[in-house]
Amino acid sequence: MKSAGEAANLIEVRGLTKVFGTLTACNHVDLGIRQGEIHALLGENGAGKSTLVKMLFGSLEPTSGEIFWKGQPVKITSPSVARSLGIGMVFQHFSLFEALTAAENIALSVDDGTSLDKIAAKARDLSKTYGLPLDPDSLVGDLSVGERQRIEITRCLLQEPDLIILDEPTSVLTPQEADKLFETLERLRAEGKSILYISHRLEEVKRLCDRATVMRHGKVVGACDPSKETAASLARMMVGADVATAERTPIELKDAPELLGICGLSRKPAGPFSMPLKNIWLSLKAGEVLGIAGVAGNGQGEFFEAISGEVLQESADSVRIRGKSVGRMGISARRSLGAAFVPEERLGHGAAPRMRLSENLLLSRHATDRKAFIAPGGFVKNGMIQHATQRIIEVMDVRKSAPDPEAASLSGGNLQKFIIGRELDRQPAVMVVNQPTWGVDAGAAARIRQALIALARAGSAVLVISQDLDELFEISDSIAVMHNGELSKPLPRAEATYERIGLLMGGAEPGHTDPHRPEAA
Amino acid sequence: MDITVNILLTIATAATPLLIAAIGELVVERSGVLNLGVEGMMIMGAVCGFGAAYLTGSPWIGVLAAIVAGALFSLLFAFMALTLATNQVATGLSLTILGLGLSGMIGTNFVGLPGVRLPNLYIPGLSDLPIVGKLLFGQDPLFYASIALVFAVSWFLFRTRKGLMLRSIGDSHSSAHALGIPVIRYRYLAVMFGGACAGLAGGHLSLVYTPQWVENMTAGRGWIALALVVFASWRPLRVLAGAYIFGAVWIGQLHAQAFGIPVPSQFLSALPYLATIVVLVLISRNKRLTMMNTPASLGQAFVPDR
Repeated sequence: MKSAGEAANLIEVRGLTKVFGTLTACNHVDLGIRQGEIHALLGENGAGKSTLVKMLFGSLEPTSGEIFWKGQPVKITSPSVARSLGIGMVFQHFSLFEALTAAENIALSVDDGTSLDKIAAKARDLSKTYGLPLDPDSLVGDLSVGERQRIEITRCLLQEPDLIILDEPTSVLTPQEADKLFETLERLRAEGKSILYISHRLEEVKRLCDRATVMRHGKVVGACDPSKETAASLARMMVGADVATAERTPIELKDAPELLGICGLSRKPAGPFSMPLKNIWLSLKAGEVLGIAGVAGNGQGEFFEAISGEVLQESADSVRIRGKSVGRMGISARRSLGAAFVPEERLGHGAAPRMRLSENLLLSRHATDRKAFIAPGGFVKNGMIQHATQRIIEVMDVRKSAPDPEAASLSGGNLQKFIIGRELDRQPAVMVVNQPTWGVDAGAAARIRQALIALARAGSAVLVISQDLDELFEISDSIAVMHNGELSKPLPRAEATYERIGLLMGGAEPGHTDPHRPEAA
Repeated sequence: MDITVNILLTIATAATPLLIAAIGELVVERSGVLNLGVEGMMIMGAVCGFGAAYLTGSPWIGVLAAIVAGALFSLLFAFMALTLATNQVATGLSLTILGLGLSGMIGTNFVGLPGVRLPNLYIPGLSDLPIVGKLLFGQDPLFYASIALVFAVSWFLFRTRKGLMLRSIGDSHSSAHALGIPVIRYRYLAVMFGGACAGLAGGHLSLVYTPQWVENMTAGRGWIALALVVFASWRPLRVLAGAYIFGAVWIGQLHAQAFGIPVPSQFLSALPYLATIVVLVLISRNKRLTMMNTPASLGQAFVPDR
């Protein structure tokens, strides 16, 4: 391992700082990337990684600091300046246009006036060379996330960059798709290109990267050779403390009653880019945590809406909560039967951003806890609501700036703790959570996961939809996979491996379609 | 036969202002901006066009004035909705209200004055041909301009790089910004193009359709142009078809009144609006079609995070 500064850096930043209002997102960051290396940028959500790379790509203007490209000081004022220097970027939240074709999307970042047909032909050749097959004429809205990423990468490679920045590239891929991506990246490194690889997945950083820089709260807190570290030591550098994992005790479910049943649930696609649900069967027993894995956009959102009652089903029997057919009932009626739902989007779906936490509590529980919160005549019992709000805040350790702040003023992790706590506070018999810890810091995530396990062990049924396989393996008693709107048979935790789940996520096995599958009682 | 030709000619004259205003608004909406001020920009074009033509005696200066008035008036919308990121719906509505009031004030002294009409095209020989002569070679210049505009906009949007960039901004302004496309600049230009078109459409009313100034002479055509863009699901050639259908309904209503068909005249005057509602209901049934063509960021304010 060469020490920093020994080889000439392709790009070097010194004292780079970005201030948003009162928040210092990047605080005097120093970073050097050498020719032909894969350099990892590690850090939790909100550590400042994305802000840093946006400055390198010219989509954000640094408040202060210097950037050196091949030894020369440069000002990267816009993405086209970055592209002309030789910096390419693959975005985390894809910067693709759904209503345009793949070729049109690629053409948008080619700055000279090459014709669309030529670009399509070039893209097709290039994608073949690097094993990233794509059809230039397909509409992006119809493509899977894996395919969309190929377009992004092809678009980036087409400009023959010297430095490629990848922002959380594997967060949307199956393990097998990720392996393919790593082959492409290793090939690019062999060609002498440099890669800045942003991730919070430690195993893949250990496997792929030559050096790593770790960020926490906007500052660089360390640098290391990831192959010489353990996942635990990298995590400690990222979080700044030991990271707890949730503990799960095995459970015998044989005679437990069914609390949530999904029987032959089908749904037509709601819009041009949404997924139909195809004959889904599922049974959740008291005491069980069932995880649903799957690449984003395979019908998880549609499935959640159907269970929660945001969208009613044609047949009442397709969803059963505690033995009652609820397919034609709305959200409040389903909640009143003892179900609780936590949707994926925290702001705007799980909580009204500009309303106080207590008001958000009332909004979700005015029907189920009518007696406790509403006085005769329809008046709101503010005291009771305040009391309940404070109770939830204490139980879930929600960190906040005011006694009863607006939902939008909380950090993602703290708001998620509040929303989960709001539902747990009711002791629901059935809890359905979509992406419980997306964008939540490690400490809060561990707490949420432990709370979900505790709820199940106290006799409830918990359904967790997540794209984070590590999370599902940590908390689930069995795991089913959603692919293309179909749900696989749940695998007991003991039989589930990353490989098997990964294959199912890629659609290797068809979902079971037998409409009369007997449910063992 | 002459009656048919005359009816077709009047339909074309009625459809032309709808077409010009709608094709302009189509470009604006393709860039992701919803400007509900079409009616206001149109009436400003009408009054300024009439005034300039009356004062100079040249209808062409009137046409130019109408275009400039529409574009300048839309600049007010652009500054509010794009630079200050105000609510586009509210800003557009206030632009319409302001335009209707302001034009009445500007036009006080023009009421009842004889207008200057833009002469029809006349090509000796060709224009004298039976039937096709008048239809193809004897109409007003703005008729030809409107048809050319449709094909030019269609070519620009779907065949040029700048058109692709404009569509990409309408689909996702934040992605476009991340790629380094100057979102605000494109939207300014699109809004001003829409304003110029709306102004020209208004000029057509006061320089060709009825060469005089009457307060509120746009009579809701701006709203029909807005509905037309949706009706056409943001496709230029469908705007062309739609404008002529709406124009025919408008004219059919006038003829029915003239022939004394025993239907209340208020109902007939309302026909274009009813047709708009029916069309909106019908097309909203096909969700895939609508969503594929609808600019996804339509009506959303864009504030870059620099």
